[in-house]
Amino acid sequence: MSSRKRIVIVGATSAIAENCARLWVESGPADLILLGRDPQRLQRTATDLGVRSPQSDIRTVPAEFLDVVAIEAAVDDIIALGEVDLVLIAHGSLPDQNGCQSDLKACRDALEINGVSPVLFAEAFARRMAKADRGTIALIGSVAGDRGRKSNYVYGAAKGLVTRYAQGLQHRFAGTGLNVVLIKPGPTDTPMTAHLKGQGAKLASVESVASEIVAGIDAGRATIYAPGKWKIIMNIVRHIPSVIFNRLEI
Amino acid sequence: MIPVSSWGRLSADPHHVIALKDPFQIQSVVSREPLPGIAHGMGRSYGDVCLNPEGALWTTTGLDHLVSFDIATGRLVCEAGVLLRDIQRLAIPRGWSLPVTPGTQMVTVGGGIANDVHGKNHHLCGTFGDHVQRITLIRTNGEIVQCGPVTNPEWFSASVGGLGLTGVIAQAEIQLRPVAGPWLETETVPYGSLDEFFQLAEESESGWEHAVSWVDCVAGDNTRGLFMRGSSVASSHGPPPKPRSLTMPVVPPVSLVNRLTLRAFNNGYHYLNMRKPGRKIAHYETFFYPLDNLQGWNRMYGPTGFFQYQSVFPPESGRDAVQAMLKDIAGAGEGSFLAVLKTFGDRAPAGMLSFPKSGVTLALDFPNNGPRTHKLFERLDAIVREAKGRIYPAKDARMPRDLFEVGYPRLSEFLEYRDPGISSALSRRLMGS
Repeated sequence: MSSRKRIVIVGATSAIAENCARLWVESGPADLILLGRDPQRLQRTATDLGVRSPQSDIRTVPAEFLDVVAIEAAVDDIIALGEVDLVLIAHGSLPDQNGCQSDLKACRDALEINGVSPVLFAEAFARRMAKADRGTIALIGSVAGDRGRKSNYVYGAAKGLVTRYAQGLQHRFAGTGLNVVLIKPGPTDTPMTAHLKGQGAKLASVESVASEIVAGIDAGRATIYAPGKWKIIMNIVRHIPSVIFNRLEI
Repeated sequence: MIPVSSWGRLSADPHHVIALKDPFQIQSVVSREPLPGIAHGMGRSYGDVCLNPEGALWTTTGLDHLVSFDIATGRLVCEAGVLLRDIQRLAIPRGWSLPVTPGTQMVTVGGGIANDVHGKNHHLCGTFGDHVQRITLIRTNGEIVQCGPVTNPEWFSASVGGLGLTGVIAQAEIQLRPVAGPWLETETVPYGSLDEFFQLAEESESGWEHAVSWVDCVAGDNTRGLFMRGSSVASSHGPPPKPRSLTMPVVPPVSLVNRLTLRAFNNGYHYLNMRKPGRKIAHYETFFYPLDNLQGWNRMYGPTGFFQYQSVFPPESGRDAVQAMLKDIAGAGEGSFLAVLKTFGDRAPAGMLSFPKSGVTLALDFPNNGPRTHKLFERLDAIVREAKGRIYPAKDARMPRDLFEVGYPRLSEFLEYRDPGISSALSRRLMGS
């Protein structure tokens, strides 16, 4: 039995997830199972990682992100083939806040893909990984989940759901062999945020965010702000009294 | 609309920035654009070749996936937004290297091709484009053109060094070069005249893979500099240097490179290196990319930004032209710490608009001091014209159109291959559209 890590990435075509995967295979061959919605894009990610690490074993699994039967089946298949060391749940999309305010369907879709879906995957893996009593489940939330703001509260609400859920999961598995990590990236320079560039938004490089995530998971931290300065910033933002906060254009 | 600057930080005009997220969507994104756009990678070009004010900017850094690498043959296929750094870090430990690399590895493959960049080994390996076997070009009419030195060679020759104007480069196949490892044997030799420089350049062409020199731009007639050469060596010298990533944290209110500091900088650099000439072993990142450790070094030129002026002269007029230029620059008290002098080998260029040609090239940064700087450029332009030289478009932000036209005799041939849906600030300035 090799000591290679067996890593599952849900939403493997997201820029942050891809950069984490690149770091993982750089440190040594791994067994990667990549889940995503678009088979063509998933294959592109798998091919890239395969070139970077020819010794790694990389499989792609096309996935439904909201169909609970499909999620259960996909997770069953993965677990049936062997124990998992790490699950990174990384999928999401940044919705247009105004669109969500004028179109309930857009609002529901944003809540589901950013909030409900990650929870369903985490719950499905948690049940099976609890039996093995080992491994790590890491969920990507967002600093946007720390406090609702008018500029993106629908996205923030979904990520807030992930935050609260991860807390509960951490509580449930406290003292067991299963580790639960909540990752809160700040605004990151990815294709998802290209339109924010220059609007005063300081975007961290996706590589630096990925390296903080990889290091944080390695160190077994419960919550990872990436970059780390967002821990301080959000601590302040959370504590600004509403009477002042509600006057801020943020 | 978002303000975008290039590396010289001379402007920050609004652009409609659209990320090309994956190769399957390039066609639909670029063909539905109402206004002409231009592909934009890392924005490391100094001037306006990568800018398109009020128009579309298709950013390519999301196209950063590798497609295949054959370790037996050294053939690499990748998307156009892959950084040269990532190729080097992947390939060098496996015994292969990019055959040609510019002075920063923080550029994309697409940018390297579109500007047909060169390195310190032109005499041996030519330009970046000489090692590209195939490119996938996506035109704004939806057409996809596969071209290379053998397939559709005319499209290839237009697109290598084609300043991004023939279509969006989506993918490339590159022939890497075998290397012994990440280490180079290097030598620094001080020189005290241009004749000595040319002598060193000539003798280095046969014995050394890489050769470049720093020249003191404030010394005037007493040309002095440091000649640096290196060749790959097969030995293990321990772990690579720890990346010391320093960042220029702020834009100082005035340029740190000015009349007061220039002489001190140059004297200091000269004497520091005079004291430690000779041979040593260096890691490839230290030798090829000394400035990549200082992130945002372009900020040191202050809020008005800076120009780079790089020109090349044919061998017969090169010596006198360089002499005349250095004299004018020293006399004007302009210029910078980063003055580079090197020779190009006698090779046919890969592209219709490729910059390198047989002779000698001089590259210098100049803080943007407004009319004063432009006046000096006019004098330098006159030297370029007289000596039948030309200026490097990847570095340019201001050359006059007539100088571009005489410098690039294949321009009219090139124009046949332009994509009407693509335009840049540079193309409008130098080609009228």
